[in-house]
Amino acid sequence: MPDIEKDLHTDYMVINMGPSHPVTHGTVKFLATLDGETIVDLKVDIGYLHRGFEKMCESGTWQQVIPYTDRLNYVSPLINNTGYALAVEKLIGIDTPERCKYIRVIACELSRLADHLTNVAAAGLELGAFTAFLYFVEARELVWDLIEDLCGARVTANYVRIGGVKSDLPDDFKEKTARVFKRCRELWLDVDKLLTKNRVFIDRVRDVGVISGDEAIAYGFTGPCLRACGVPYDVRKAQPYLVYDRMDFEVPIGEKGDNFDKYLVRMEEIKQSMRIVEQALEQIPRGPINIDMPQFRWQSKDDIGNRIDSLIFHFKTVIEGIKPPPGEIYLAVEGANGELGFYLVSDGSGKPYKCRVRPPCFVLTAAMSRLMKGRLIADIVPTFDMINMIGGECDR
Amino acid sequence: MNTSVTLKKLAEKFPDSIIETHSYRGDDTAVVKKEDIVAICTFLRDDEALRYNFMMDLTAVDYLGREPRFEVVYHLYSLPHNQRVRLKARVSESDCTIDSIVPVWISADWFEREAFDMYGITFKGHPELRRILLYEGFEGHPLRKDYPLKKRQPMIGPIN
Repeated sequence: MPDIEKDLHTDYMVINMGPSHPVTHGTVKFLATLDGETIVDLKVDIGYLHRGFEKMCESGTWQQVIPYTDRLNYVSPLINNTGYALAVEKLIGIDTPERCKYIRVIACELSRLADHLTNVAAAGLELGAFTAFLYFVEARELVWDLIEDLCGARVTANYVRIGGVKSDLPDDFKEKTARVFKRCRELWLDVDKLLTKNRVFIDRVRDVGVISGDEAIAYGFTGPCLRACGVPYDVRKAQPYLVYDRMDFEVPIGEKGDNFDKYLVRMEEIKQSMRIVEQALEQIPRGPINIDMPQFRWQSKDDIGNRIDSLIFHFKTVIEGIKPPPGEIYLAVEGANGELGFYLVSDGSGKPYKCRVRPPCFVLTAAMSRLMKGRLIADIVPTFDMINMIGGECDR
Repeated sequence: MNTSVTLKKLAEKFPDSIIETHSYRGDDTAVVKKEDIVAICTFLRDDEALRYNFMMDLTAVDYLGREPRFEVVYHLYSLPHNQRVRLKARVSESDCTIDSIVPVWISADWFEREAFDMYGITFKGHPELRRILLYEGFEGHPLRKDYPLKKRQPMIGPIN
């Protein structure tokens, strides 16, 4: 025996996963120190998708930031649009018309739906459940069709404007949504049957990536990952914005905070988002979709041709930008991954002095090292799936 | 919970450390002395009536031309009382350091690295203060207002 031990190679092995690896959806590098297959230490390197979001924002006008926000969490761009527009509106101190708020809620929930569908689909795919992937990608495609009807683009929506939205709902939107949701619910049931009681799937995700509620709070977790730990924090309920206080929906929570709970929370939120969209479509009133303050809104082509004040402000807002009063605000919305915060500082000019985004998956990715210590290397795959890091948002 | 409770309790507890307070657009804000940031954060986290258990966001702002030049901005959230507060600590360019709050909230870890990366503010006591979004070998701190928008960086090879 002593001879064998002498010959055994017992050093730790350091391996790189990424930056370009099938399980790292974005571009992220894991530097894992391994003892056999057990992870002794995991270092996470991000920044491969850094584009200088804040520097770009500071060099453009307030409206020119909106297309950039599309590219933060590119799976749920409408939530980013809405969060930014709400933040600028809070900075100016204006409120949008009722119909606009309902349209924004519908847009946000469709985006959340697309995000959760993508997340569960990809998680299934990486654990070998290719069928579940195909089913949910079909559902996502249908949701993206709705988003395309709404704003003309599937991914880079650029739909919300400061003080309103680009265009009204299409005429047959309600009927089309009913058709799409009927199919989505069928697909949801299929995926639920395929994954939720699937032995292979459960073995890979149950009791992996466990974190307690208190520790998750200390790490700054928000969104589905925090709720999976049993902490019922949802910005839509805690500090309601738009018209979420008029919607009847549940906030699902988990028990253990492992990857299976994160999966279950997301599955339930898919259903709740559909409920919210249906309620909003029932309740939506008629009326204008933009505020009637030409100095702040993006002018409609009709108004530019017919109203002198709109024509004047069209030139002024395009060339100089809108001018919020000097000051600073922080506004949080519930993004698909958690609290998406905008901290804006205005110096009274047409350009943002500071435009900071609080990315929810940044802190989640930071906790990867804590979640993986002492686990097997294969556990990186489901844990990182359920963290749902979006490179565009994490690296900005 | 009344909106001003946090600011009132802070002013009572740390009368010498609070430079100014305001609640612009309903956001409670306290500008504090940078020497006391760890003590103030610990108090906000542990006081029964406040319980700020979330460190939501940490960033910095460069007010070029003002003295002190930088402001480190903390956004805290109290889940038990559903309350937010913003702390700001001013940091001058000549002594560009502030104490790290990683011992208070572990979530500050990467945020402080990012502020160091982008603004060059050193967080004393941070366990591993190095660049996070940019690479080792990048020259300067791009979110400083005097960093040119179109500056090019030298190409570097892989670092081992």
